[in-house]
Amino acid sequence: MFAIVDYDTGNTRNLQKALTYLNVPTCLTADPQTLAAADAVILPGVGAFAAAMDALRSRQLVDVLQQLGRHGKPLLGICLGMQLLFESSSEYGEHAGLGLLQGRVAALPASPKVKVPQMGWNQNVIRQSNSPFASIDAAFTYFVHSYYAVCPEDEIVATVEHGVTVPSIVQAKNVIGMQFHPEKSGRVGLAQLAAFKEMVSANDFSSN
Amino acid sequence: MIAKRIIPCLDVADGRVKKGVNFVHLTDVGDPVAIASAYQQQGADELVFLDIAATNEHRQTMATMVEKVSAQVFMPLTIGGGISSVADMQRMLRAGADKTAINSAAVADPALIQAGARKFGNQCIVVAIDTAWDATSQTYRVYTHGGRQATDLDAVDWAKHAVALGAGELLVTSMDRDGTKAGFDERLYRLISAAVPVPVIASGGAGRVADFVSVFKNTPVDGALAASVFHYGELTIGDVKQTLRQQGVVVR
Repeated sequence: MFAIVDYDTGNTRNLQKALTYLNVPTCLTADPQTLAAADAVILPGVGAFAAAMDALRSRQLVDVLQQLGRHGKPLLGICLGMQLLFESSSEYGEHAGLGLLQGRVAALPASPKVKVPQMGWNQNVIRQSNSPFASIDAAFTYFVHSYYAVCPEDEIVATVEHGVTVPSIVQAKNVIGMQFHPEKSGRVGLAQLAAFKEMVSANDFSSN
Repeated sequence: MIAKRIIPCLDVADGRVKKGVNFVHLTDVGDPVAIASAYQQQGADELVFLDIAATNEHRQTMATMVEKVSAQVFMPLTIGGGISSVADMQRMLRAGADKTAINSAAVADPALIQAGARKFGNQCIVVAIDTAWDATSQTYRVYTHGGRQATDLDAVDWAKHAVALGAGELLVTSMDRDGTKAGFDERLYRLISAAVPVPVIASGGAGRVADFVSVFKNTPVDGALAASVFHYGELTIGDVKQTLRQQGVVVR
């Protein structure tokens, strides 16, 4: 069972549908015991960083997620959910994140050639060729975001170019983040979710 | 670099795709899930579904259809046609849509753009603009109600206003070119794109692969939408993309 963290942050249904399509049983929950008992925890998210952290705080989920992440529970953050894994974000002020990954979240610089938000399909470059996510190399995935992760290179599994180099997959052992929407990225997106599913069932996060 | 998008548009009534889609291997030519899957396979980057019936009853049927499509097809879905309130938007987004397109309702009540953007984020709100060149005033005039009603709005002004209110994308249809297969109205897309910082989707006039190449080479639009040329199999998305790639346009 994969637990999707239920904290009132936009559409989690499509993510659930994608996992169902991959024959992964899911539940939507904010209950600490259910989260602890799950094979993996998925932290979705759309909207603003501070509002999402407030929503986690008001459900007493900050400590819970930090403990789970630190004690080896497979944890996948998607889009804003990935950004929340980092130490801080500068979205509308400076805000602390979960601190499970090293690094911070900063605004994508806009220019006449580079539109922000980044909205659309962008092409990935794999940075760690031994990663279970290596099939993403040269493939396109679907992004909708205005902020991006600035983090140490050893956490970066894949990147895309959007004015700056944007980490698209990050990982530190059992804590993984995807900036794109795997549930909206066709076959390629499903393949990344399937790779995560494999890592969970093999309990192997040694690639990073 | 963000890829240029190729977007098929499907007309829907009663949860069925109208304007017979003509694919080989498609046994049910009106089944939205089968058609959406076929387009996903061909390499479509996004799908737009337009509710052409758009009564209250039909909207529920539409939401049910969106539920079904989004359980089998994993790409961005935009739903338009008859969306006239925040509740309509919410129903489609909850059902699995990624964006909702508003047209006449936005002209009648521009505050709807703002209300939707505040609640769901700008990225969920597409403002669809139907426009035709007005020789007298030498401007592009905005039309509503499926092109039947002329307004006093200038398309470029309206585009700016809609974006200022929170539209995250504009879907701009040239009524002069729609159905003509004479190519996209590139002057229109240059004007609109220069006026707004959000993605612009060109619609109306696609007839040949060269029309897609031309609109992406000569204007900064982010996507091109077409219906009949894809539905009737005159062009495949694969062919369009292959040519675009050869011509140096970034596509998925």
